[in-house]
Amino acid sequence: MKLGLRCLAALALLALHMGPGQTAELLPTPPQAASPNRRSGAEFMSPALQAMQRDEALNPGMLWVKQGHDLWQSTPGPNSSPAKANASTRSCASCHVDATSTMRGVAARYPAFDAASQRPVNLAQRINLCRVNQQQSPAWRSESPELLAMESYIAYQSRGLPIAPSSDARLQPFIEQGQQRYVQRMGQLNLSCAQCHDERAGLRLGGNLIPQAHPTAYPVYRLEWQGVGSLQRRLRNCMSGVRSQPSAYGAQELVALELYLAAQTRGMALESPGMRP
Amino acid sequence: MARTLIKSPASAQRGEVIEIHTTIGHEMETGFRPGDDGKILPRNIITHFSCHYNNTLVFESALYSAMAANPYIAFHAVATVSGTLRLEWTGDHGFRHIENVVLQVL
Repeated sequence: MKLGLRCLAALALLALHMGPGQTAELLPTPPQAASPNRRSGAEFMSPALQAMQRDEALNPGMLWVKQGHDLWQSTPGPNSSPAKANASTRSCASCHVDATSTMRGVAARYPAFDAASQRPVNLAQRINLCRVNQQQSPAWRSESPELLAMESYIAYQSRGLPIAPSSDARLQPFIEQGQQRYVQRMGQLNLSCAQCHDERAGLRLGGNLIPQAHPTAYPVYRLEWQGVGSLQRRLRNCMSGVRSQPSAYGAQELVALELYLAAQTRGMALESPGMRP
Repeated sequence: MARTLIKSPASAQRGEVIEIHTTIGHEMETGFRPGDDGKILPRNIITHFSCHYNNTLVFESALYSAMAANPYIAFHAVATVSGTLRLEWTGDHGFRHIENVVLQVL
């Protein structure tokens, strides 16, 4: 709480230094996929925390991965949907068999285009689509332990692989939407994502280092949260930090933003389950 | 069913000091925080952790509300004979979790 207030105060100061007159410098820049100066947030962490992230016997995100492994094998159960007991007897493993091979590289290419709804979906939404359509079970709530566990387990299968967003042309308009969102000022503090995470990356906000906008480690175990959270939780965090109304979980603009960030992060290694301070 | 992460050497020389790292998934609700309805959430923490090496207590620890969620406890022990390390966590509302780790002394 104290930290949050300090961050807000620092953001307010930052906002004062950037009056409304300084908009000219904020024209959209194309995703710099090959920029040599890209750095994952992990590089800014203490060596102890970096070691903890690397070591799977110490990384607490692995608790969620283990839970995801159990959920992968288990059926949603008869109580979730008594009327359709047949479909509920299917576990993830019934169709996708061994996640270590079938899910390898999947998290690295999400968000991806969903032909049925004609829009991009992120990994959590894809999991829930599968649950609703194939398992005839109610969708897991956003940020619920089960959804984060399943997301962590699937992302873990791509640990160390380069992030490789889909080159589907149908995604292009959504990436552009995300890019606009990224440079658009918002909230009472009137700040855009780019003002902190591009222009001031590597500087400090209060006591905290501002990382570049490369979401390489999600779902991430944050010490501050004392648990695992999704990229959307992090994005909503920033939105309330600049005192704007956070978009709802699963909102189209958040997925578009995720898409744009993935495009910016292409080629960097996926660290999931990651750790951050 | 609680989930744990344990890092402990599978084997050690006689007399060697070994390090055991444990993490257990637990919310560690402090008993001081209000919930969404404004009422104080009841305390739900792990209160005690112990390690028995072949049934001899070699390490124990009391835990309190100030501990963060998913407590990480690391400690040392001296490898004497091959056997089992019994790790036990107990807590509020009858919480109990036991993990056995086999240690081979060369």
